[in-house]
Amino acid sequence: MTGPLQAVGWVVRRDLTLALRRRADVLTSLFFFVIVVSLFPLGVGPEMATLRTMGPGVVWVAALLASMLSLGRLFALDYLDGTLEQMLVAPYPLALLVLGKVGAHWLASGLPLVLIAPFLGLQFGLAASSLKVLMAALLLGTPTLSLLGAIGAALTLGLRGGGVLLALLVLPLYVPVLIFGAGAVESHAAGLGAQGHLSLLAAFLVLAAVFTPWATAVALRISLD
Amino acid sequence: MTSESTSWTRYAAPAAFYPLAGRLIPWFAVPAAVLTAVGLYMALWAVPSDFRQGDAYRIMYIHVPAAWMSMWLYVVMAVYAALGLVVRTRLSSMMAQAIAPTGALFTFLALWTGSFWGRPMWGTWWVWDARLTSELVLLFLYLGVIALMAAIDDPRRADRAGGVLALVGVINVPIIYFSVKWWNTLHQGASIRMGAAPTMGKSMLWAILVMTLAFWMYSFVTSFVRVRAIILERERHAEWAQRLVDNRS
Repeated sequence: MTGPLQAVGWVVRRDLTLALRRRADVLTSLFFFVIVVSLFPLGVGPEMATLRTMGPGVVWVAALLASMLSLGRLFALDYLDGTLEQMLVAPYPLALLVLGKVGAHWLASGLPLVLIAPFLGLQFGLAASSLKVLMAALLLGTPTLSLLGAIGAALTLGLRGGGVLLALLVLPLYVPVLIFGAGAVESHAAGLGAQGHLSLLAAFLVLAAVFTPWATAVALRISLD
Repeated sequence: MTSESTSWTRYAAPAAFYPLAGRLIPWFAVPAAVLTAVGLYMALWAVPSDFRQGDAYRIMYIHVPAAWMSMWLYVVMAVYAALGLVVRTRLSSMMAQAIAPTGALFTFLALWTGSFWGRPMWGTWWVWDARLTSELVLLFLYLGVIALMAAIDDPRRADRAGGVLALVGVINVPIIYFSVKWWNTLHQGASIRMGAAPTMGKSMLWAILVMTLAFWMYSFVTSFVRVRAIILERERHAEWAQRLVDNRS
């Protein structure tokens, strides 16, 4: 029998392989991110000074929406083809398998957002050092979004109108990450340093990594009962 | 009757709680009405007007109790949700479901009165004050729980899913509050701040306490009325519910 950590490794590899085979899904949410961010200058006008102050917030809100959109895929396909039930009866802690799935999901849909964010930051006239902080903040913040969102995805599994409902459940929980994520860049730009914000984002990530897989596992058991 | 069934835990059964809730409703409804009347008299006539804010501040006697109740009811709802998840008593989950709309109502009331208070005081309907913002997020959390429970047809799954969400929310409420508070102080610097009255007169405090108690009694009444409806709807196939309906018609 394989050990639990090996099982998590398999879950991650399986989900990443699936994501690579369905590249269109990943690219769709990435393009959504790019399009939403690019719409803002069209809406508020091209003054660079305004855009520079708005930039971090816009990128973060778009990242929130994009990561929420991709959450629907986190469990839905495994739920439909019965894989999820096999995971429930597998001799490994479900929370651990959930952590693996969320990790793979972040690698496939969160990490691309982090990598493309600096280019979008350029559209908003952010300085090079601000872009670095933006990336660091996204790197720490987006995994927390995936972890928190997994609870909502598990709760709304197989419900009609699940997508809109998911937004209603998950977005209020994203508020602290949004505040400190966008705040990190602003505080850096204001010369106050981003250390405090980034530390708090890291703290959120640690808390979420410890507690949310457990809550997600409970929610999955409820949904598949 | 065995001694076990005569203990108070027998009221955990919906069939036993249904008549009890019906009998309790007047005991909370009458105090709610009396306390509201007394509280409003104190708030609108007995208490002197503020020397800086004039009479406009009197909306505080609705605003503050509503805000307190909105937070308190969320905690009560989460406790019932936790009981429903851990002890698996159906009634606890029904109570959580019954409390949610009242909690959402008080949250909305707190936001609305806050806005009415802000207009004459700050000259604006809405300020991104820490307390206003976190109250708004609290409203979203309430609506999330209500919407999730409404979207699930199987009542057992609805109870437990709503319970998990309520618990996740209650852990998040303090985190959200402090995040918003720090964000607010970072952004707003020297602009308008919610200036609490430096010293609150004793009569003002009493008026607030009476109004809070009135709102609390009102919450009991609405929760009991609602939980009776939920029990009847879910147990409509049970024999006792059938008999109840037959007797009534």
